[in-house]
Amino acid sequence: MFFIDPHIHMVSRTTADYELLALSGVVAVSEPAFWAGFDRSPAGFVDYFRQLTEFEPARAAQFGIDHYCWICLNPKEAEDLGKAREVLAEISRFLDQPNVLGIGEIGLNKNTANEAKVFQQHVQMAIDAAHRQAAGASPAMPHALILIHTPHLQDKLKGTRLILEMLKDFGPAIDPGRVLIDHVEEHTIKLVKDAGYWAGMTIYPISKATPQRAVDMMEMYGPERLCVNAAADWGVSDPLNTHRTMHEARRRGHPLPVLLDVFYNNPARFFGQNPRFKPKPMQVAML
Amino acid sequence: MALTVTHPRLARETLDIYFLEVRARLLEIAATLDRIDRSARPEEVVADPRLAFVREALAVLQSAGPERARRIEELYSLK
Ligand SMILES: [Zn+2]
Repeated sequence: MFFIDPHIHMVSRTTADYELLALSGVVAVSEPAFWAGFDRSPAGFVDYFRQLTEFEPARAAQFGIDHYCWICLNPKEAEDLGKAREVLAEISRFLDQPNVLGIGEIGLNKNTANEAKVFQQHVQMAIDAAHRQAAGASPAMPHALILIHTPHLQDKLKGTRLILEMLKDFGPAIDPGRVLIDHVEEHTIKLVKDAGYWAGMTIYPISKATPQRAVDMMEMYGPERLCVNAAADWGVSDPLNTHRTMHEARRRGHPLPVLLDVFYNNPARFFGQNPRFKPKPMQVAML
Repeated sequence: MALTVTHPRLARETLDIYFLEVRARLLEIAATLDRIDRSARPEEVVADPRLAFVREALAVLQSAGPERARRIEELYSLK
């Protein structure tokens, strides 16, 4: 079984983890820009974006893994509007790098007014990026792909609703099929899927979902436009939680085409909307 | 391609597989509540909203379905 890990923070992982991922069938990873555990200076972000676009792809390639990434100022550091302005000014040049899939993971953390303002600025940047990439293109040009982080624990429901409202305010400029809203749980998955967006489920030891609950949600809300990730980072997390979720679905008796769809084809379909993403959806053929 | 997915097992099989896990988790909750009681100055947490949440969540477990998990998530969400 092959996997695409749709959300993992490899800058926080060892090279041995790349080997572990390769040995367990991962052929591509997608790494959103996130909080480093401490607040950085604008210059620190430029170094970080270089790490995501230069260093990590080379480290992944040693193990035959394609490394893709997303660029943004994460919501946890978006409270300082002065810093946000400086970091956002640096983002557009990184969007042209060959392994960048789009803008993310943007979103909300504590659902503050400043976070919301920076979220909207990023969405506008995704809309503008499409027009910039194809100079003279028609206004119907699709916006850059967007990856969205929803808040933790008791802030998640309110934050998810706010995010959906803000996206709706952009009207037809935003195509829900080009936006993935991550870290959904039982109380937010239906809101996200019903509005036509892609949904990501994150498997964490304590917060977010467990493998069992993630497979329950897949059964209740359907595998279409649904991805599973371990969002492994510098915290207590485990890059193999994606695999544990596949294993849970398999031991319940879900057939191979469903497993392949959720753990490989769905990420390939969502990311593949950007032609830079190479893996294509696959089919199971019985010989 | 639209794939319809339902839980592929019988209720009895599901119960067989997960029963011991459920028992272990219930014991863990019970033991944690006991541990809070045995800690110093338990009166300070009597009115803690987190314990109120635990009691309300346990009431959801006792209620009929469906979607108990979603209802507990909503209980724990800021309005
Ligand atoms: Zn993340």
